[in-house]
Amino acid sequence: MNDHTILSWITFIPLIGMGAILFVPRNNSGVIKLIAGIATAIPFLLATQVYFGLFDKKSAELQLVQQLDWIKAVDAQYFVGVDGLSLALIWLATLLMLVAVPASFGIQKAQKSYYALLLLLEVGIVGVFVSLDYFLFYVFWEVMLLPMYFLIGIWGGPRREYAAIKFFLYTLTGSVLMLVAIIALRLDMGAIGAENPFSIPEMTLQAGAGMLTGTGLPFGGHLLGMQFTTWIFWFLFVGFAIKIPVFPFHTWLPDAHVQAPTPISVILAGILLKLGGYGLMRACFPIVPSAFNEFAYALGILGVISIVYGAFVALGQTDFKRMVAYSSVSHMGFVLLGMAALQNWGMSGAALQMFNHGTSSAVLFLIVGVIYDRAHHRDLNGFGGLAQVMRKYWALTTLGFFAALGLPGLAGFVSEAMTLMGAYNSEREGFKTLVIISVIGIVITAAFLLWTMQRVFLGNLNEKYKDFDDINFREIMCQAPFLFLCVFLGVAPWYLLDWMQPSIDKLVTTLGG
Amino acid sequence: MLGLLEFDPSIDFKLLLAVLLIPLIGYVLQIFLRDKLPRGDWILTGGMGIVALITVFLAAKAIAATTAGEEFFHASSDVGMQFGWFYSDLETPAVNVIAGILYDPLGAIMLAVVGVVSFCVHLFSQGYMRGDKRYAIFFANLSLFTFAMLGLVLSDNILFLFIFWEIMGLMSYLLIGHFGHDPSQPFFHRWATWASKKAFLTTRVGDCCLFIGIFMFWDQFQTLSFTGLWEAGRAAVEANGGEFPAWMTTAGLFVFGGTVGKSAQFPLHIWLPDAMAGPTPVSAMIHAATMVAAGVFLLGRMFPLLSPEVLTVVALTGSFTALFAATIGMTAFDLKAVLAWSTVSQLGFMVAAVGLGHVTAGMYHMVTHAFFKGCLFLAAGSVIHGCHHVQDMRLMGGLRRKLPVTYICMLVCTLAIAGFPLFSGFYSKDQILLAGWASVGDIDHFGGTALFALIALPVAAMMTAFYMLRLIFITFHGEYRGNMQEHMYSEMIASEGVEGPDPNEHGPGEHGDDSHATHEPHEDPFRKNSMTQALVILAVMAVPGVAWVVHTWVGGLISIHTLYPSGIADWIGAKVPEGIFDPDSHMAHVAHGRALYLSLFVACTGILGAFYLYVMRRDLPAKITAGLGILYTTCRRRYYIDEIATACVINPCVKLAVILKWIDEKIVDGLVLLVGRVNKLAGFLSAWFDRMFVDGAVNAVAHVSQAFGAAFRLLQTGRIQQYATFAVGGGLLTAAWLILS
Amino acid sequence: MGLGAYVAVSAALFGLGIVTIISRRNIIYILMGIEMILNAANINFVAFNRFGLTEAGSLEGKMFAVFTIILAAAEAAVALAIVLNVFHLFDSIKPSEADLLRE
Repeated sequence: MNDHTILSWITFIPLIGMGAILFVPRNNSGVIKLIAGIATAIPFLLATQVYFGLFDKKSAELQLVQQLDWIKAVDAQYFVGVDGLSLALIWLATLLMLVAVPASFGIQKAQKSYYALLLLLEVGIVGVFVSLDYFLFYVFWEVMLLPMYFLIGIWGGPRREYAAIKFFLYTLTGSVLMLVAIIALRLDMGAIGAENPFSIPEMTLQAGAGMLTGTGLPFGGHLLGMQFTTWIFWFLFVGFAIKIPVFPFHTWLPDAHVQAPTPISVILAGILLKLGGYGLMRACFPIVPSAFNEFAYALGILGVISIVYGAFVALGQTDFKRMVAYSSVSHMGFVLLGMAALQNWGMSGAALQMFNHGTSSAVLFLIVGVIYDRAHHRDLNGFGGLAQVMRKYWALTTLGFFAALGLPGLAGFVSEAMTLMGAYNSEREGFKTLVIISVIGIVITAAFLLWTMQRVFLGNLNEKYKDFDDINFREIMCQAPFLFLCVFLGVAPWYLLDWMQPSIDKLVTTLGG
Repeated sequence: MLGLLEFDPSIDFKLLLAVLLIPLIGYVLQIFLRDKLPRGDWILTGGMGIVALITVFLAAKAIAATTAGEEFFHASSDVGMQFGWFYSDLETPAVNVIAGILYDPLGAIMLAVVGVVSFCVHLFSQGYMRGDKRYAIFFANLSLFTFAMLGLVLSDNILFLFIFWEIMGLMSYLLIGHFGHDPSQPFFHRWATWASKKAFLTTRVGDCCLFIGIFMFWDQFQTLSFTGLWEAGRAAVEANGGEFPAWMTTAGLFVFGGTVGKSAQFPLHIWLPDAMAGPTPVSAMIHAATMVAAGVFLLGRMFPLLSPEVLTVVALTGSFTALFAATIGMTAFDLKAVLAWSTVSQLGFMVAAVGLGHVTAGMYHMVTHAFFKGCLFLAAGSVIHGCHHVQDMRLMGGLRRKLPVTYICMLVCTLAIAGFPLFSGFYSKDQILLAGWASVGDIDHFGGTALFALIALPVAAMMTAFYMLRLIFITFHGEYRGNMQEHMYSEMIASEGVEGPDPNEHGPGEHGDDSHATHEPHEDPFRKNSMTQALVILAVMAVPGVAWVVHTWVGGLISIHTLYPSGIADWIGAKVPEGIFDPDSHMAHVAHGRALYLSLFVACTGILGAFYLYVMRRDLPAKITAGLGILYTTCRRRYYIDEIATACVINPCVKLAVILKWIDEKIVDGLVLLVGRVNKLAGFLSAWFDRMFVDGAVNAVAHVSQAFGAAFRLLQTGRIQQYATFAVGGGLLTAAWLILS
Repeated sequence: MGLGAYVAVSAALFGLGIVTIISRRNIIYILMGIEMILNAANINFVAFNRFGLTEAGSLEGKMFAVFTIILAAAEAAVALAIVLNVFHLFDSIKPSEADLLRE
């Protein structure tokens, strides 16, 4: 293992683990869990080593690059590498998967397949973050889809088939649009004689030079009255926006979350949604910067609608998990707003918000999981007074809720403040108004979280629940890393931002900011 | 001696850092080791004592320096004590948030106030909260609350101020909701839950305004530090020909929104009276040293950046709130409610003073108010404790003999808040009225605002004197009425004509503790009673003599010329009435004289009025209230602001949420499902076509094959041996045929 | 003894094997029949190598025999595994009961 293969190791060790699990008898769940634990722990340790050791945080370049020929017929390459944008998310992904294993110990059904699929999912997720070749990117993108479908569809709640199919078809629609755009880009790259026509960095370079406009294609730079780049932009954007998810493409999310088992919800909210935001930053905006600049205001509006609308709909929910799901829509709206503003703080804030939402939403879903395991329902109006019997749980929930509502001193605040200040400072027209409107979302977020707090924990104790056990050690340990990150990054955000800054600055410059 | 009072950056910044860290460390220790620490409360109280000593010592240095005429501004960034928050690199300050400590006269005095009041509250809580189920958590939260306020005061940039500002919001949420987890106190249990949420959300509306204001200033000035903002503001105004640019007015209004929320100004004042659902020491903390003071402190910090238009709004809001809250205060019967409304009213005074340009009067009143209001609340706590958790003044009376120390302390502070001559409040309130007179004289700048303030503030001051003395007379004089039977109490409540339950009033049966009927009110001996000890410390600050000394010192420390660096101080002169900016001017003398007579007049009128109505003619108040009819009821019901807020803001929000939820499920998701259904339908149609025509042709071929298959099928028995027989037989036949042919 | 004798033995063995396969009701015997057939072939290989049509000293036939023996061993292992599974599935090792192929 050397510096150039470490990313491949991080990506594929879970695959090895998956292979190992397939050889273990299905009733030997202890060994299966052990293998799953090891196969997720090693990538996490390697990612930590990359973060603190191998990665040069002063550089904006892609690092630890590995580039091999793969499918010569279409010039697709095995091309992986990291920069400040992806590094933190890779680390978060490996951490989330590591935590997802103990968080899944409660699952009894078909454990062998469950953990095998979980590891396959990790391959897909990490693969998307490391790949720099669009073909490879797409392959990993699809690899991730399938395990998720089964994980929701087999281990989910009562309406799991509906949710799984909805999730699958919805995201597949996005992927197909993306595929069309990728093929078009490949052809265009071929037409301008690029050396590695699938390479994302090369596409970025060509696009930055104004070359990637589709003029070399049979239909020229225009199609059905719209520019080639506009088509590409919207196809890619919709593909990624479904994943984020941005209003109005968000409705798969609440269903998927409500039906998914707790660890899968955690992964879904914690890292899958970030793939959308990351995709926009890595593989959409820099490839069609002109269209991005043209439609930035529209994106900003979508972001603000997500923030405010998501918060209001969350306020109207009575299902604990649905509420948390909609709060995700609201929080991820900041990502889009920050990116659309094209300002260094806005972009950094967006990247940071992805990370911070990853930790805080993971906590929220774990919290919901704890109560669901005990009460077997999630109706917010059915609880009450739980603070009297579950003291530790209540304390952790308080911390998690305040992290989610962006209380200063906790991580969410830093990213929200950066995003909003950046967006307010944007040179683009109209963003000041958008920021002021989006602040309504912050107030409403506080309102629904505190209201939930009141309905679940305060007031009179429901007699049925007076024998509830407090949160146990395993559950605390699952939440602990994320709560720690929420506090730590709220106090010392430079531990992420320092690493991101060069890449973000470069991205903003590339996009013309 | 003078050497000791010299500010030494190498040591004193470390002391300031210690001031910040002691409560934080105390909090962490208490939260994580509360079962293992023998007396966690003493560690925290002791720590806070040290904090109080340090802050007072450092304030003495500030006083020494300013009295000597030196400029006293110490930023830790000057000596390299700073850190980059967003990014660790300090070389590009424009895109980073660089935080450090700013220690200036305003910070010095505020810090000392917070330190001393918080220490007293800690001390008091040891007695008051004894036996509470969540005693350790309470102390931990109290410490963190103090930490947030200290951090807010010491922050040298507005973003960090905002951060501590919000942490304070969280702590107030937790502390107001302290009883929300204790079902053994049914009434508080419900109320605290509701009130804590209300407090957090209401102030958060203001916080978000402040947040936007910060965006606006950062957007234009690219700096967040106060000194940087002041300089940039001056440059911007000078570049604009001496006028404030329009955006600064907008930004200033948004910043003021933060004050409106935190310092409980109309219309976001609604959270403060309900905040008394928390334990009484918390009320003292919120009303005196922390929460509400933060808003006024923010105004002091941002004063140079507020345009005259903003100041007009500030002055109007403040004067209106002062008057408005005072009228409600006159009608309240809950001991703590009277004090809560008086706080709203006094905050109105401070805000109005800032709005009228007399920023030092506002700050000074904040200081004196912190001491006497802290004492009043703690005294109220002592009364409530002594009366076994009764809060309704009508169930008290004649307590002066039973709670002597409490009575004296409370009387001193009441006279202070009433503005009785020589007590501390007199000096500060006098200054505010002076601001009114001075700005009326400066009619170009202030116009009708000053006139309104000059009418509203003295009237409010008179009402303050009236209702505070009313409180004293009802509570401490006359006969003890605690033995009143429950039905009599209900009748009394009913006869008031107030409809529906009022959370401020709760009858004897409501708190699950009906022992007050059998126990007489009592006060523990002073020597053993940390509650009364704390009271005395605070009350001393309001006593004539001490008050004069404090007045001299603080007056030297915070004047319009020392509050900001010299360049800024000269610049803001344009916004300050001449009579205040130049104390030796003719206008200053005229205003001073008038203010003195006016404040003497209103204080004495109010006090005499209360004496007449509540000592000499006790039958009159009931008649007057009956005569006022609906006017009284409206006032009593707090002008229905809560109901209006519920009807106009909260309910529409919840309704909107429900509607949007419906839209999301039926329309947005409905569209998605519709697309799915259309696809499914298309699928069925093509499947039908496929089955009938495409597959039909194939099937025709298949049917023929099937017929053959059916025949051969008879041979298929599924038995291996039979197959083997066929194979061998076939082989033999083939062999035979080959041989024979 | 000439080639004819060997071939005769081989033919007899083959015939016995065929009869065993076809007539026996126990799957184990069928396996034994298969073994007999394979061994019949082996005898032929070796005999023809010794007497027959190849050059002197050639090993071709013997090699084939060795291969067949190995093959037979592997086949036996697989077949026994199948037998086990058949037993699990049908609770019997009669080939007449395992007639799912018909479906």
